[in-house]
Amino acid sequence: MAVIIEKDTKILIQGFTGKMGTFHAEEMVKYGSNVVGGVTPGKGGSKHLDRPVFNTVKDAVKNTGATASILFVPPAFAADSAMEAADAGIKTCVAIVDGIPSHDMIKIKRYMRRYSRDEKMTLVGPNCAGIISPGKSMLGIMPGHIYKEGRVGIISRSGTLGYEAAEQMKNLGIGISTSVGIGGDPINGSSFRDIIEKFETDDETDAILMIGEIGGPQEVAAGEFAKENMKKPVIGYIAGLTAPKGRVMGHAGAIVSAYGESATEKVEILKECGVTISKNPSVMGDTVKSVLEKM
Amino acid sequence: MDIHEYQAKEILQSFGVTIPRGGIVYSPETAENKAREIGGSKWVVKAQIHSGARGKAGGVIVCNSPLEVAQATDKLLGKKLVTNQTGPEGKIVNRIYIEEATDIEKELYLGLVFDRASESIMVVASTEGGMSVEEIAEEKPDSIIRSKIEVAVGIQSFQARELAFGLGIEPELIRRASETIMGCAKAFSELDATMVEVNPLVISKQKQILALDCKMSFDNNAMFRRDKVSELRDKTQEDEKEVYASDRGLNYVSLEGNIGNIINGAGLAMASMDMIKLAGGEPANFLDVGGGATPEKIVKAFRLITMDKKVKVILVNIFAGINRCDWVAEGIVQALEKIEIKVPLVIRLAGTNVEKGNKILRDSKLNYIEANTLEDAANKAVAALK
Repeated sequence: MAVIIEKDTKILIQGFTGKMGTFHAEEMVKYGSNVVGGVTPGKGGSKHLDRPVFNTVKDAVKNTGATASILFVPPAFAADSAMEAADAGIKTCVAIVDGIPSHDMIKIKRYMRRYSRDEKMTLVGPNCAGIISPGKSMLGIMPGHIYKEGRVGIISRSGTLGYEAAEQMKNLGIGISTSVGIGGDPINGSSFRDIIEKFETDDETDAILMIGEIGGPQEVAAGEFAKENMKKPVIGYIAGLTAPKGRVMGHAGAIVSAYGESATEKVEILKECGVTISKNPSVMGDTVKSVLEKM
Repeated sequence: MDIHEYQAKEILQSFGVTIPRGGIVYSPETAENKAREIGGSKWVVKAQIHSGARGKAGGVIVCNSPLEVAQATDKLLGKKLVTNQTGPEGKIVNRIYIEEATDIEKELYLGLVFDRASESIMVVASTEGGMSVEEIAEEKPDSIIRSKIEVAVGIQSFQARELAFGLGIEPELIRRASETIMGCAKAFSELDATMVEVNPLVISKQKQILALDCKMSFDNNAMFRRDKVSELRDKTQEDEKEVYASDRGLNYVSLEGNIGNIINGAGLAMASMDMIKLAGGEPANFLDVGGGATPEKIVKAFRLITMDKKVKVILVNIFAGINRCDWVAEGIVQALEKIEIKVPLVIRLAGTNVEKGNKILRDSKLNYIEANTLEDAANKAVAALK
């Protein structure tokens, strides 16, 4: 089975009838994702893209049996929508939206503590490209055709840098089991560590490429977890070698504010954890290839 | 978003923190009167720029008469102050804060930040006020005490009390110290701050607890619900090109090098900058036109990059997904019909319909250098410098 989503995972679109929601719902359907309906408060009972629209996530879950959702709502309402999904029993929720206040992200995560580990929703994002399991399902906004089906897992903060890696791998004939965009915000739903742990137990994944960047403790935490707990090889690339200290580099979370948060320091620590480092972003695919050949 | 010291002080005062008497002036003519209005016999004239370490840069002057206050104001206004945080170009002083001098008995440090590891608000305090928190961590790490605030319920009295006792504050001042700490924490939570720093927090000889210098930063993503805070933005303190960019929805950071670049996506932009460096060049900027790389954004990006006189080569690196390379290429061609580029231009397209995109560029009248991979693009950009 694939990690996080399956071929037949039933997907809801939150913010279904808006421009973004409509466009990306159509792209997901084209890819083969099982989009079963959507939620737009006040438009319940109508149809959109031949699928039912509901007023609440609870109604939608009750009527469709959906277990995954993707948010296309403005940042001001995103926290509310994510908590609504968690409360309705959604198991995987992807927040694409860029611009959710950090205070709101913390509130979502605290709210989700009311659920037991087994019942807790996996929130991915915000400010991310989403999840794709090539050939199975896409719960995201990525160009699906650049992902070849295969056995390497990708975790990336950046969307386009993740695409870059997927294409480099495709050109070398290397396929991907699942690619997860965890997003560029300082507080996110799932960390590198959360996803790397899922890949370790996924029988369709042989190796993991982790694409990180400056700022925050997450890449290092994942490296330390890998060193202690993982048998599968981890390949890493950290962007932002040239980023000046104390400046936000596009992503709200890409800012060096403490020791261990610069690209050079992260690379050093990851190496010590046994992670194979891609020395530049042009050789991410080659580095994965060389690791796979040694297996 | 950063604000000035005097603005942070006004905010914290409204949350119950005591500050020395003071007032803001914009001209030397009003400074003398302002000093008299504040009263006392000794004043501190403080240049208001978005930077710490102003004292070391000559931006803080102690004065013994209203006349001296006027002279100090005259000296600082309009000046560019260079601190270890502003970069070599410095920041312009347009506002002066005049404050009564405080008889300091003890200087403490109080800071609040988001702790990304625990995803909570962390209060950091130390008995070694007046130094930067980095210096304290380096030289007096044992003096640092911390307390995590549970965001859902906010700071509790006992936490503030523990911090106050931990700082060795005498019993009769504990209540005031706790109220000060709680005021800062409430301001942090209620205004979507990302940083509150009171350094130094002082105990005066008159046994008052005063915020002598303050800094606050706010979450840009929360400005939609913080009208009053967003009004405090002072664009004169920001890089001109960065203001131009942020007003047009572009993510831009001005850097020191001479290779300008236009990229879609923050991660890919950082990666491209790294490739430039590895190829022996220096990036002039970070610029993310957004994952979508719409033609409108590309036009704006070229306008912005051509404003930067130090740029000697422009590198465009777009990974087109759903928006397709042919569409992006058309956008580039259209943009360059409107904007004249006088320096070599390297373009690398990747992703959906890359062949079609490159054909559109080749068939256009555009004078450019085509690149295929990230590495190829960086090498060609560096080679074009010569």
